[in-house]
Amino acid sequence: MIAFMIRRLFQALIVIFIISVIGFAIKQSVGDPVRELTGISVSEEERVEFREKLGLNDPWYVQYGRFFGDAIQGDLGTSFFYKRPATEVILEKAPATLELVFVSSLIILLFSVPLGVFSAIKPDSLFSRALMGSSIVGVSIPVFLTAIMMVYLFSIKLSWLPSYGRGELVMLGGWGTGLLTLDGWLHILMPSVALSSIMLPLFIRLIRSEMMEVLESEYIKYAWAKGLTHRRVWFVHAFKNTLLPVITVGGVQLGVTIAFTILTETVFQWQGLGFMFMEAVERSDAPLLVAYLMFVGIVMVGVNTIVDLIYGLVNPTIRIAGVK
Amino acid sequence: MSSIRSYIRANGMTSLLEVKDLVIKFALRTGEVTATNGVSFTLEKGERLGLVGESGAGKSVTGFSIINLISKPGYIASGEVNFLGEDLARVSDERIRSIRGNRISMIFQDPMMTLNPVLTIGTQMTETLHQHNPQMSKAEARAIALDKLRKVYIPSPEKRLGQYPHEFSGGMRQRIIIAIALLTDPELIIADEPTTALDVTIQAEIMELLMELCETEDMGLILITHDLAVVAQVTQNIAVMYAGSVVEKGPTAQVVADPQHPYTQGLIAALPQSSGHGERLNQIPGMMPTLKNIPPGCSFNPRCPHVMEVCKQQVPSLRSGKNSNLAACHLYPPEKDNPSAR
Repeated sequence: MIAFMIRRLFQALIVIFIISVIGFAIKQSVGDPVRELTGISVSEEERVEFREKLGLNDPWYVQYGRFFGDAIQGDLGTSFFYKRPATEVILEKAPATLELVFVSSLIILLFSVPLGVFSAIKPDSLFSRALMGSSIVGVSIPVFLTAIMMVYLFSIKLSWLPSYGRGELVMLGGWGTGLLTLDGWLHILMPSVALSSIMLPLFIRLIRSEMMEVLESEYIKYAWAKGLTHRRVWFVHAFKNTLLPVITVGGVQLGVTIAFTILTETVFQWQGLGFMFMEAVERSDAPLLVAYLMFVGIVMVGVNTIVDLIYGLVNPTIRIAGVK
Repeated sequence: MSSIRSYIRANGMTSLLEVKDLVIKFALRTGEVTATNGVSFTLEKGERLGLVGESGAGKSVTGFSIINLISKPGYIASGEVNFLGEDLARVSDERIRSIRGNRISMIFQDPMMTLNPVLTIGTQMTETLHQHNPQMSKAEARAIALDKLRKVYIPSPEKRLGQYPHEFSGGMRQRIIIAIALLTDPELIIADEPTTALDVTIQAEIMELLMELCETEDMGLILITHDLAVVAQVTQNIAVMYAGSVVEKGPTAQVVADPQHPYTQGLIAALPQSSGHGERLNQIPGMMPTLKNIPPGCSFNPRCPHVMEVCKQQVPSLRSGKNSNLAACHLYPPEKDNPSAR
């Protein structure tokens, strides 16, 4: 297990290194820092001098070395717009996005497992057929459209839910959370449902098809032959085997969910990373864009590593491969 | 054997298992297909019966029908499966579940596919015990599991209980499956091609083990196989199946030495040891019909060397041949009084 973890962490580091190269490349090609940092009144000579001082005339690998060295210490440059370290801005915006992703994942988990399992066990029931039909619709409608329709229905027509913002926040250290107040929950409900609207149907279908395949296997037939109850066969014998591929895909999809926050946050004016990212693109705030990329990359690598470790716990053959 | 039977019948004892005119059908989209057509056989307590035939003859589905576990869309259309006088084809789901894995155990064909890959051997053993004896303590169940593992000669069973199936070889896994079958001291074991997926050297080992355990534990065995040599070694009686029907049955030694039905004769002639050294192996010409196009009359008639006009029109009933074997063949005069004779 430990060998497996070390190998996995090593792989994670390589991925992070590659992300840093891409981040650096973007920084090099998006905008001119001198133009962004200086005003109109600065003369051409001063600009040249400034450029030299910032090290922008050094060869790219020296610049990359500096970038990487700073990045390791958590310094990803200063946001042109906020005039503050990009890392600081990211960390300030991250809780909003992470909470949104967390609540969406919770929704996906709470609904996809029972619905997927049910539609696998009773594939011919009316409910399963209706579920499969509606899940196609769910997958097909883009997130921003779902979001706008929800705002129209629940905020404008019914005035049940607020249409923008995070509501009342409670500060826990540096983390502003909306999950401790009712107002916060009312605000997060619609964005998280909208965000989960793509992944939920996918997960239901994934769990259903995996489970149906497992139910056809010999060891399930054998479990029936042992006289076990439906509950035991479905939820212990079949479900545990269904989990393996679902965990793998789930980890990747969680990363995709983070990407989808850009759309959701824009529609709901959700003050998170996605919203910040859109603003940074408009302002061509290169350090902030790079910081966003690095942050999301690291979160994804982290999530995938955790998912792999969980997979190792569920799948006995993986564990052995690590030990021996 | 027949003397034991007449003794049992005379004393009014019920047979362990009596399958009577079993018809199994598959409801396919293109229409219904008959998988077995009136299969009948009887098994006494402690008796070992071989169910022999080619792939697709309906042996496996017959075996699974005994515990009412035919894969959909198959179902028992008619007939009876009397287990100690109780018709298992008609009992409640609850009742049949209390018999499965408890009083009738199954051994499947491929041990690599039969055990659940994500559960330990210990879990897969004790869950059966707990299922059928809800009051049993964990320690008790563990002790029984260990005892059965020892019976199938698994070394250091204490350590093995915590391991997963992938840590065992095929032969070991089949031993474990036999141990699972023994857990609840069943009256009957149904083994569906238990050695087909194993190495030849291990095949003999497993068969010997199974036979030994059936004898010491006084368990009935239905051995489903296409391997006549294995059946001859292990069983006392044989039922030969062809295209969904039993075509011949009788004491194993007699069926092998003096087969009555032309199909059985062909099967035995096809054994490699029946051909002389350096000769071509014998084979039955043609192929077994698929379930969808079984010919009218005797289903074997297109391949039969002794085919007569009557064979193409009338389905032959089981009747005595030249010895006490029963054969479904028009070569022998019918027994009018008792069509499903034993």
